[in-house]
Formats: sequence, structure tokens, C-alpha cells
Amino acid sequence: MSNKKLNLKDKYRLLTRDLDWEFSYEDRKEAFPYEEFEGIKITDWDKWEDPFRLTMDAYWKYQAEKEKKLYAIYDAFAQNNGHLNVTDARYINAIKIFLTAVSPGELAAHSGFAHTGRHMGGIGARLAAQMQSLDELRHIQTQIHAMSHYNKFFDGFDEFSHMHDRVWYISVVKSFFDDARSAGPFEFMVAVGFSFEYVLTNLLFVPFMSGAAYNGDMATVTFGFSAQSDEARHMTLGLEVIKFLLEQHEDNLPIVQKWVDKWLWRGYRILTVVAMMMDYMLPQKVMSWKEAWELYYEQAGGALFKDLERYGIKVPDFEDVIKAEKDHYSHQAWWTFYTHGQAAAFHTWIPTAEEMDWLSEKYPDTFDKYYRPRWEMAKEMADKGERFYSTGLPQLCQTCQIPMIYTDVVNGNPTEIVYRDFTYKGERFHFCSDKCCDIFKDEPEKYVHAWLPVHQIFQGNCGGPGGLETVIDWYKLDNGSANLDYEGSPDEKRWKEWKGIA
Amino acid sequence: MATHALRPDYHGEFKDSADRFHGAIIVYIAWDKHLMFYSARAFPLDPNMPFGAVVEHVLPEGFGQHPNFKNVDWSKVTWRLNHEEFTPDFEKSLADNGFDHKCILRFDSHDHGIAGMDI
Repeated sequence: MSNKKLNLKDKYRLLTRDLDWEFSYEDRKEAFPYEEFEGIKITDWDKWEDPFRLTMDAYWKYQAEKEKKLYAIYDAFAQNNGHLNVTDARYINAIKIFLTAVSPGELAAHSGFAHTGRHMGGIGARLAAQMQSLDELRHIQTQIHAMSHYNKFFDGFDEFSHMHDRVWYISVVKSFFDDARSAGPFEFMVAVGFSFEYVLTNLLFVPFMSGAAYNGDMATVTFGFSAQSDEARHMTLGLEVIKFLLEQHEDNLPIVQKWVDKWLWRGYRILTVVAMMMDYMLPQKVMSWKEAWELYYEQAGGALFKDLERYGIKVPDFEDVIKAEKDHYSHQAWWTFYTHGQAAAFHTWIPTAEEMDWLSEKYPDTFDKYYRPRWEMAKEMADKGERFYSTGLPQLCQTCQIPMIYTDVVNGNPTEIVYRDFTYKGERFHFCSDKCCDIFKDEPEKYVHAWLPVHQIFQGNCGGPGGLETVIDWYKLDNGSANLDYEGSPDEKRWKEWKGIA
Repeated sequence: MATHALRPDYHGEFKDSADRFHGAIIVYIAWDKHLMFYSARAFPLDPNMPFGAVVEHVLPEGFGQHPNFKNVDWSKVTWRLNHEEFTPDFEKSLADNGFDHKCILRFDSHDHGIAGMDI
């Protein structure tokens, strides 16, 4: 017997495609029970092209090397009091949002890809999904470890996992992943693999990572770099999924188109928070949300849709809405969090005079006209010692769960809220947009049991009867330190002491 | 199909049905063109309360933070219930005025808020 080493090609085949087996005594359909109910038709799994070109042993080796480097940098960062090098303590609030709202999404993606990696019939797709599943688990771990240093010095980080199932704005991200994970394996792949990872991830990670780089946050930059090659693989997988499904059978086209539209919209709505992070929360700005949107979605996404035209995929029918909203998105979001800052696990503040000038320059058609006057009013109130915290609880969209803050900009009515509703089985449901309403109408049974934080509070399920303080306690949100304005916060006080600012 | 599920008869439990609010109905209320308040507000209200009590007690609680609220001339305000024009009877109950669970009441004070900018 020869002990000759396997050549690369054989090794690759044995450790990927050859891991599958024939079902000689079990029915293959019973082994993959979720493969058909979505209506997707697969005629030949062998046509799947492995997007990663990676075997599991090589995967472990690469990832282990990256981990070693990453944790060496974390150690150095902690020993050198790296938190003192950020531009301003206001910046830290951007990464509080990252840890509470984005990182749990990594865990949800991990579980979603693990499930999908079990349930697709093709071995190539199964392996790719399993590797992505492990990547996502690695990402939440590296993110928690990166943030753990900041957690020693700033408020608002420590209860991120408790908050995930409870806090009103975090429910938005949770519902996104719950929706995707409770779909079939192919919808999940289009939702997270294609729409989110391929089309929108540049609008999530690049702004956070560049924001970190511009603001002296080495810990976040480092986990960002360490995740970059994983993300590149994920994008390749997302694109392969779409092309594979569309090449397999023409009947797949309308199903895939529906998913692309739905998940681009849902992803776009989640990015509301990224928009406000870029425009309002970074002391040192990278670019405006509008510029990022134009670069990463209108230009890069536009080229992608051109490429997909030959398969029959069309640009989503809400293009005009998102184009119009880019001038308003971040401003409406930050106003919402500013005025409801008593119930958020991060600090909010009024933009400085210089920051407002920057916003005027970046949003010449909208900022001075619609939004600057709000901040001037807020400042007048704050100067009188009456910092504005809005009482009461908002009306939420049944689909995206975001408060119904969006205005009818596409029809030239930027100060009129969009209201859509639909009655299903005798109950009225409310939506922030035509698209959220259409998503509901397509599958009402999936959204009638949405856990809407405002209604849950009224039902007494969030700490029982009582006012805001009861709910905040139930969130484990430290009242007076993790919430409220940055001005006067313990974060601000400590920062000034460390930096010797009077 | 009401949802794409493994089971064709899949039914999602209604999480916000009227029976879960301890006798109250949810009423959303919005002050049009006053975006100091970023969205409509949700209120659990007793359907037997007279409409006049909403104006007297609920609206000040929900919107009284606005500096112009105290100047609103209620005789000139126009109302919409579920986006249809609507003339409320202040003496009658919400239920008798046609309010039901998860309805939306909008009011227009015919001004453009702070700085004339719909704030």
C-alpha cells in the first residue's frame, strides 16, 4: 500500500463532495424534509459550484491563525488602555449599539446556517452553510471579547444578552432573524446569504469598521479585519445561491424574486440605525449615510442587478421609495432615539454647531429645512433645563417592528407620516410602508404573532403593571447611567476625568 | 396561502387580540404635522369612556409637552378615525363613536407647528 500524500485535487474531492452518501435504505426525501415545501425545484445538485474552495481541515487552520493574531492584539489593546485613544466618549455609544443589536444577529445567523447546513440536499451547499455557521459563531465571540474591554469603563454593555429578547429597538433585529430562521432553507439562504450578506453587508460593516478606524477604536477595527475574509466568503456563497437557484429551474424565478424584494426591504429598514450612527454618532465622520447608500447600494447594487438581469431578476419595485428616503432616514431615526433616550441602552445628544453645519452640507435639500429647526428647539429646551424626553409609547409597524416614523417623502410630503393598514381575520394591522404591508399580506399567519414591545408592555408582560421605570428595570437598563443624554452621564464624567477636561 | 409552512393549516396565534388588554382597546393617536412627536402614540383606553375625556385627559398626557398644545382651539380641530373624516360626539363613548381595537385617531389643528416647519 502506498503512503503517498494525496494530491490537492483528490484531497479536495474526498473532503467535500465525497462526504455525501447514497441513501440505500432510507428515503432521501425523508432525510431532507424541508427541501420542497417552499416550491423551489432542484434538478441537479451536482451543478452547485463550491463558493469557498475550502476543505474543513484548511478552514480550521486558517481560522486558528487569525484567532491567534486577533487575541494578541486584544491583549495589547487592553494593556495599553486602548479605550483612552478613541476620539470622544460619545463614539462608544455607536459600539454599544453594535454589541446589543448587531452581535446577537451573528448568533442568530450561526443557528440559521447550522440548520440550513443540515437541510439542503446538496453536499456542496451543506458544507458551505456549515462553514458560514462556524464563522458567525466566531464573529459573535470575537465581538464580545473586543467589547469586554470597553465594558469595564463604560455603561450600557453588560446586559446585551438579556436585552436581546426584551428591548423595543432590539426587537427589530431579532424579528428580522426570527423571520429568516423560521423560513425554509432556501428562503433563509436568499434572506441572509444573498440580500443581507451580498447586497447590504457593506452598508453595515464598512460604516462600523471605518467609523472605528476614524475614531481610534482599535479593538473594533481588529475584529473587523479578522472577519473580512470570512465576509468575502459569505458574499460569494450568497451570490452562488441565487445563481444556482435561478439556473436550476425557471419556476424558481418568481419565488426568488419575491424573496429578494422582501429581504432587501427588511434589511434596508434595519439599516435605519446605521444611517443615524454614521450621521450623528461618530465624532469623526467617515461619510454621510446618503453617500454610503449611493456608493454601496445605488452603484454597486445597481451593477449587481444588471448582472442578474439575464436570469430575469428585476430591481425591486420600491427603488423610488428608498431613493427618496435617503435624505431623511438618519435624521428621523436620531430624533426618535433622542426623544426616547430614557428607554435606550446608549446615550443620545444634540449635534454640535459644527456637526449641524456638516449635516447641512451633506443634506442641502433637507437638513436646514426640516431637521435643524428640531435640534434648535431641543437645544432651547435643554438650555432651560427641560431636556425633551417624549412621554408615551409609539405605534409600531407589525412587520419591521420599527416605530411608524417614516414620512411620505416619495410623494413629496416629507412631514406626513406614512400609514398603511390591513384587516386580517377581523383584526386591523398597521404598517410603516407599502412594502411592509405587502410582506404581511403575503404571509399574514407569520406576522400576526409578532412580539411587539409596546403592546406587550400594555398587556403587562414586561415587568407587570407600572410605568416606564418598571419596564426599564425589566430590560435591566441601569436607569440614570446607561440611558439618558450623554451630557451629564457617568460616561461623560469619567471621560473628562481621564482626559483632564474641566 | 396565509404562510409558507410545512403544515398547510399552520396558524399563528394573534398576540395582540382585544381580549389581552384587560378590557382596554388600543387606540393610536397622532397630531398631524407636529413631528416633535416622532410617531403616533399608542394608548390602552376604556371603550366606555366618553370622547370628551380623551380630549380632556389623554391628549394632554400624550401631547401636552408641545409648546403649542395649550393654544389648540378644539372647536376648529378636525378629526380622522382610521383615516376617514370623522365628527366625534364628545358626550358619547369611544365605542359609540365607532372606536374599535387598534383604531387610529388623527387630529389636525390646522397649523404648521414650531417655526412653521410641521414640528
